[in-house]
Amino acid sequence: MDGKPDDRGRRAGGTGFDRRRFIAGAAAGAAMAPLSAKAAGEADAPQPAAPMAPVTARLTINGKPQTLQIDVRTTVLDALREHVGLTGTKKGCDHGQCGACTVMIGGRRVVSCLTLALSAQGQEILTIEGLSHGDQLHPMQQAFIDHDAFQCGYCTPGQIISAVGCVQEGHAGTDEDIREYMSGNLCRCAAYPNIVAAIKQAAPEMAQDMPAKQDLPARQDSPARQDSPAQKG
Amino acid sequence: MRPFSYQRVADPSAIAKHLADSPADQTETTPLNDGSVQFLAGGTTLIDLMKLDVMRPATVIDINALAPQWARIAATSDGLKLGALAKMSDVAVHGAVLRDYPVIADTLKLAASAQLRNMATLGGNVLQRTRCSYFRDVSYADCNKRNPGSGCAAMDGVNRLHAVLGASDQCIATYPGDFAQALIALEASVDIAGRAGERTIPFAELHKTPGSTPQIETTLAEGDLITGFKIPGRWPRSVYLKARDRQSYEFALASAAVALDIADGTVRDARIALGGVATAPWRATEAEALLRGRRFDEQLAQQAGEAALSGAQGRAHNSFKIALGQRVVARALVQAAKMEI
Repeated sequence: MDGKPDDRGRRAGGTGFDRRRFIAGAAAGAAMAPLSAKAAGEADAPQPAAPMAPVTARLTINGKPQTLQIDVRTTVLDALREHVGLTGTKKGCDHGQCGACTVMIGGRRVVSCLTLALSAQGQEILTIEGLSHGDQLHPMQQAFIDHDAFQCGYCTPGQIISAVGCVQEGHAGTDEDIREYMSGNLCRCAAYPNIVAAIKQAAPEMAQDMPAKQDLPARQDSPARQDSPAQKG
Repeated sequence: MRPFSYQRVADPSAIAKHLADSPADQTETTPLNDGSVQFLAGGTTLIDLMKLDVMRPATVIDINALAPQWARIAATSDGLKLGALAKMSDVAVHGAVLRDYPVIADTLKLAASAQLRNMATLGGNVLQRTRCSYFRDVSYADCNKRNPGSGCAAMDGVNRLHAVLGASDQCIATYPGDFAQALIALEASVDIAGRAGERTIPFAELHKTPGSTPQIETTLAEGDLITGFKIPGRWPRSVYLKARDRQSYEFALASAAVALDIADGTVRDARIALGGVATAPWRATEAEALLRGRRFDEQLAQQAGEAALSGAQGRAHNSFKIALGQRVVARALVQAAKMEI
């Protein structure tokens, strides 16, 4: 994390070389053309021979409208990585078990690997690339740096988005709560104590800088508690 | 994942049209076979199992746009109404649920992860499929639930996580859910919309034990859609206790949903359901009967725990669940009895 959003996938004409495009090119060289065409997300590349025609998905990603031609099976995760080029969101297990692919959809943290892109239409998708304000890191990003809350970094984008959700939901009050409500994000490097420390640092800063999008739902009293015919106790 | 036809509906009447377009499965097997219609809500089970090639629907009808109508949470004098599209995370923190039905809040809070609870709906939650690894891994040919008549790899395989209650010689897969245990304990009912109109059934009649047809898991017909749940009465003295291999984000090895109505130390009514140990949501009526009318103490709770697991049969690796289940029930009862309400 160098203080800039990870936009390597979008930097088409940048330095002329990046790891992702190298891998895609190498795959094509190994006679895997259909896969590489999908990976590079090039609109004019030959489409893999899909049994069903591509469909149009209109997504809003980090505030920007995106119209994609995709296979119906495409998850939000694959749409982000393979079609839009936002590779900050990581694919870990691809089965909703590790949390590496966590993004916000409609202001809620979810696993993008189990969300169809078509289902996410009409809702705002927020990824790690959309978290900072330009060069100013989100307090949670800064806190992860300050507390060394990662080693290899692969789970980190999911951890950070999930941590933002954890704070916004009001579940970052105690270490115990943080551990419980962050249990959907696995870290193979076991940076857990540092992640808890980072969240504790960022939570009050978020409260100052960015008021929570959604507080806990207000307590709703049942209207006829006294009259309940089947009062138990 | 195999290709499918994707339909998104924004109002309930559109569902009937899509169902009319896709002919009913005439076979008496299961609504889960190839070529069926599946409703997509949170997707946390369906998309996962489609990726694993376990579920192969021809048509997926996305009902998420119906949430405004079908996600309501309403506490009334008659009890609690929960819309099928309400998210687990929203119901778990709802004030009336926390106060009057803590067992429901507990079952939701202790399930899955925060992300999955933000996605998963109540209707989908009760229909989640077993975590039996032989069911989930299609490289095992012998799974009567996936391929009727093919055998059961779990029977003499690694069956530490499998069921000790409600099993048959065809299938020992555990029903994995938590929320369903609260529903069956509290005698909830389920509202269902289907090809033949709307109906309401007791939640206890929704799931089936495997018997000789483990591929049939519920009494729902193809095209049936759960629209909501009703829980009668109020149960402020209720808890869910979940024993598992790790402290969070894990399925139950043994769990108990219990609700007590105690007056002056005497049990007026008791409800007990077991998770992690049975092939379907499992109500322990024998244990409940043992408690009613008796003065509550720890010894009685232990007796109830033993009664709850009576008839349990262990296999090579899962016999520990019998003693564990007994203790979980006893401890949950003691916790409930001590609650300050």
